[in-house]
Amino acid sequence: MAQSPYEVLGVKPDASLDEIRKVYRKLAKQFHPDLNPGKPEAEARFKSISAAYDLLSDPEKRARYDRGEIDESGAERPPREYYRGHAEGAQGWRYQPDGERDLSDLEDLFAAFGSAGRRQRGQAGEGFRARGGDRHFTLTVDFVTAATGGKQRLSLAPEEWLDVTIPAGFEDGKLLRLRGKGGPGFGGGPTGDALIEVHVAPHPLFRRDGDNILLELPVSVAEAVLGARVSVPTVTGPVAMTIPKGSDAGRQLRLRGKGIQRPKTPGDQIVTLRVVIGHPGDPELAEFLEKWAPQNPSNPRQGMPSV
Amino acid sequence: MIALDDLLLRLAGLDRREIDRWIDNGWILPERRGETWVFHEVDVARVELIFEIRHEFAIDEEAMPLVLGLLDQVYNLRRQLRRMCDAVAAQPPEVQAIIRGALPPVTGASDGRLNRS
Repeated sequence: MAQSPYEVLGVKPDASLDEIRKVYRKLAKQFHPDLNPGKPEAEARFKSISAAYDLLSDPEKRARYDRGEIDESGAERPPREYYRGHAEGAQGWRYQPDGERDLSDLEDLFAAFGSAGRRQRGQAGEGFRARGGDRHFTLTVDFVTAATGGKQRLSLAPEEWLDVTIPAGFEDGKLLRLRGKGGPGFGGGPTGDALIEVHVAPHPLFRRDGDNILLELPVSVAEAVLGARVSVPTVTGPVAMTIPKGSDAGRQLRLRGKGIQRPKTPGDQIVTLRVVIGHPGDPELAEFLEKWAPQNPSNPRQGMPSV
Repeated sequence: MIALDDLLLRLAGLDRREIDRWIDNGWILPERRGETWVFHEVDVARVELIFEIRHEFAIDEEAMPLVLGLLDQVYNLRRQLRRMCDAVAAQPPEVQAIIRGALPPVTGASDGRLNRS
């Protein structure tokens, strides 16, 4: 955590503008970089002193800093989000006290307050039964697990875990319902369900397009011109793929069945070639291209309509 | 949703052992991610609250389960009450009027308010 501007200048939070100005001038003289050649730390110190003075000498900025609206660099600080704002929303169910019934419907609610007996029921003397409440959770799965399907561990409560089976192709933000994993039933009623909101984390290489997976594959000039056999990552592990001779940058190659692993009808992985020249380019290649006179010269922009 | 390291950066003065202990105690329920934890918004807000109760209100860790237990009960009741109110609000006006009429008056309220300041 950065020092507060008051700490940087070594003044009290209720210091007057005059005091602050005085301290600033003294410190600025002491640490000015031009008066301290060969002392890089003086420059850093001078910068933080100037920034602190900049903030504290402007009454409006100083007031905003004191109220916590901006931080010591002057950047806006988001207003604090209080716990109660979350606790009263759907997320708050996560912190439901142990042993308290999840009251999923009005009957549970009446039962919890002991007034169920006063309800008029079809048959006198019938015992009160209610289904257990649903419990709500969120779970983040990695991209590959969501693409291939698999298990992911979910923490339900301290010491209580559940291995959740994620079906292949599960979409970000959708709900998964696990029957019978919710709150216990009441009076012999069935157990409630666990409702899990699943988030799929983005992947550094793969992107999803429906049931297909898109991947951009860097290839060298030689591989594009001469063709090559290269190893390509897929969600089910690396596979060998042939780059056809004379491939343009942007060419798309399809790896059948390597997309979202839906049983019976898996999607494809679509690989887009990206020709990489490299920086700095190979001087020999540049030299060759300068001397090179193509046998069949063509203009690659020939087909473009004029605008 | 933020990682444990980002949470530690955000809350100056909170150290890792302390938060590990809070997680062990079941005071916070972040999501396990491999060897570390990720915190949802509700978890972050709860960590800030616990941090304040612990360090600014000087409530020690022994007393924390009592404080959190009461807080969780209050919020649980408030969530339930809100659901009940939502259900009532979704009824036709005449049903709402019946329910309003059926609310027994509050008896035994003291005229002099409790002074708790």
